[in-house]
Amino acid sequence: MAGKTIFDKVWARHVITGQDGEAQLLYIDLHVIHEVTSPQAFSGLRQAGRGVRRPDLTFGTVDHNSPTQDIFNIKDEISRRQIETFTKNVTDFGIEAMLNGSDGQGIVHMVAPETGRTQPGKTIVCGDSHTATNGAFGAIAFGIGTSEVEHVLATQTLWQNKPKRMKVAFIGTPAKGIYAKDLILALIAKYGVDAGTGYAVEYTGEAIDGLSMDGRMTICNMSIEFGAKIGIMNPDQKTYDYVKGRPYAPANFEAAVADWETLKSDEDAVYDKVLTLDVSNLAPMVTWGTNPEMGITFEETFPKINTVNDERAYAYMDLEPGGKPEDIHLGYVFIGSCTNARLSDLEEAAKFVKGKKIAPHITGLVVPGSRPVKHAAEAIGLHQVFIDAGFEWREPGCSACLGMNPDQIPAGVHCASTSNRNFEGRQGNKARTHLCSPAMAAAAAIAGKFVDIRELM
Amino acid sequence: MEKLTVHVGTTVPLVNDNIDTDQIIPKQFLKAIDKTGFGKNLFYEWRYKGDTYEANTDFILNDPAYEGASILITGDNFGCGSSREHAAWAIGDYGFKIMIAGSYSDIFYNNALKNGLLPIVQPQAVRDLLFQLPSDERITIDLPRQLINTSVGDFSFDIDETFKHKLINGLDDIGITLTYEDQIAAYERTKRPTYL
Repeated sequence: MAGKTIFDKVWARHVITGQDGEAQLLYIDLHVIHEVTSPQAFSGLRQAGRGVRRPDLTFGTVDHNSPTQDIFNIKDEISRRQIETFTKNVTDFGIEAMLNGSDGQGIVHMVAPETGRTQPGKTIVCGDSHTATNGAFGAIAFGIGTSEVEHVLATQTLWQNKPKRMKVAFIGTPAKGIYAKDLILALIAKYGVDAGTGYAVEYTGEAIDGLSMDGRMTICNMSIEFGAKIGIMNPDQKTYDYVKGRPYAPANFEAAVADWETLKSDEDAVYDKVLTLDVSNLAPMVTWGTNPEMGITFEETFPKINTVNDERAYAYMDLEPGGKPEDIHLGYVFIGSCTNARLSDLEEAAKFVKGKKIAPHITGLVVPGSRPVKHAAEAIGLHQVFIDAGFEWREPGCSACLGMNPDQIPAGVHCASTSNRNFEGRQGNKARTHLCSPAMAAAAAIAGKFVDIRELM
Repeated sequence: MEKLTVHVGTTVPLVNDNIDTDQIIPKQFLKAIDKTGFGKNLFYEWRYKGDTYEANTDFILNDPAYEGASILITGDNFGCGSSREHAAWAIGDYGFKIMIAGSYSDIFYNNALKNGLLPIVQPQAVRDLLFQLPSDERITIDLPRQLINTSVGDFSFDIDETFKHKLINGLDDIGITLTYEDQIAAYERTKRPTYL
């Protein structure tokens, strides 16, 4: 019999009823909620007189609206009401949550791993498309809509059609100065923003094995920008070391590890599609356009106009085919988001900042992804490195990745951003986003423009 | 959920690919705590000039010829990006019932179905024909027979049988799932790893 992928194995464990090829009822091990996509789900429960089936498997945080300065003074009345509604909902239904200002608060995809709730073999859902971040641990994790949030709250299950299986094999080892962010941006640039649609994507290769859990999360995080709602990796010792000792790690840890080891994809596992990307000669990536596939390496120039989509993107970004990343007139640098605001991201960025000043025309913002990351960074003095250089050092949250709170990029301004989406208006009305790694963003803040960080190392 | 069987309506073409949910409904409208009223802000940044609600007359939804259209015809990978169901709420609240695209993001596709919207997939060649439909032509979408009837041709479409059944009968998923309570409880007792 043909071997199984990790995705096949974890999926099969969670099927309550239904056959392959039709909608199957899946048990959900962990449901993470936040203030933006849950209020209508709780209203629905109340209207139908339903409760939350497993509050103990549900966990929440406040991240999208939370201000990153003066955090208890939420001036936007609608934002404040959404956060208050969330607080009331989790209190009424007995759900543990990291509320605004609490020690554990952070972006939803950071707090689940940080508390040890994210573990290999689990099914994890959240009303947020970047939920695949948790797949770095060997979990099936995906984003859902609010109707599905309500469904999980009421039943702890979801009807899903099993996606096809894709393997992405990264070939070779990337050079110094090439990060997880470059790998995933290069993959999306090569194959497109819808290449993963309909698939659960398993990322493999030496380049993945060599990454820290932080780096692995960066890659799985952007699965949705590749079109896939599920991204997954095989667990290894790094995975177990990360989970061990965290508050929600399994008490019988040895038994858990023994079980997790059996989940790894078999040598002869069968995939519906296999894509490869040679990363041994990869250069740092920067996006020029308005979706994440519109990216190039630092050694390339902006491509020619091939489609109506390209034409629209160039007009929005006010760039020309044939231009280079270093020609972009940056005004903002944002280091943050669930893609790249973990401790190692801030450490890498700080290396390019230490002892220097950001260029006078640049506004620099560093937003740790969670309060535990913020505290850990402050314990080793990273905040002072950024502050001394002229960056603003903020409280955690989603912040300028989508600008639901006051952190927005002004109209027309180009921003080097460590976030995940360069869509029109994403970071602010008419704002122009260029996705890159934290090191590239930090170096750009100092130089006042994009530079090749490999030359600084 | 409202039942959907045979729908007759006019169309509007939005030819771009990769229309993301940030375009469909921008972030500032995600702060609401109810599901209604999103239609006014559908395609906000394309539809209005600045923050004024003054119509951008270059945008096709503002063309009076397309007023009242209930069938949106668009490109590949529609609804990509954020999982916000607000995008489906906005499309439905505006008055669309049917979408015809090259493909959809997985999350948006589910969100649409949960709200009684029918996301139809058609190849480029068919959509190129549909893009040319006169704005006043009322076409028929026959869900039970899985057919699109127009003056430029009749086209069949695929849909999962379960989704079709739920749309035609306007069924609420949670009500159905709760009838599986015994199986869910048995799963919890016997199938979950003991270390969890």
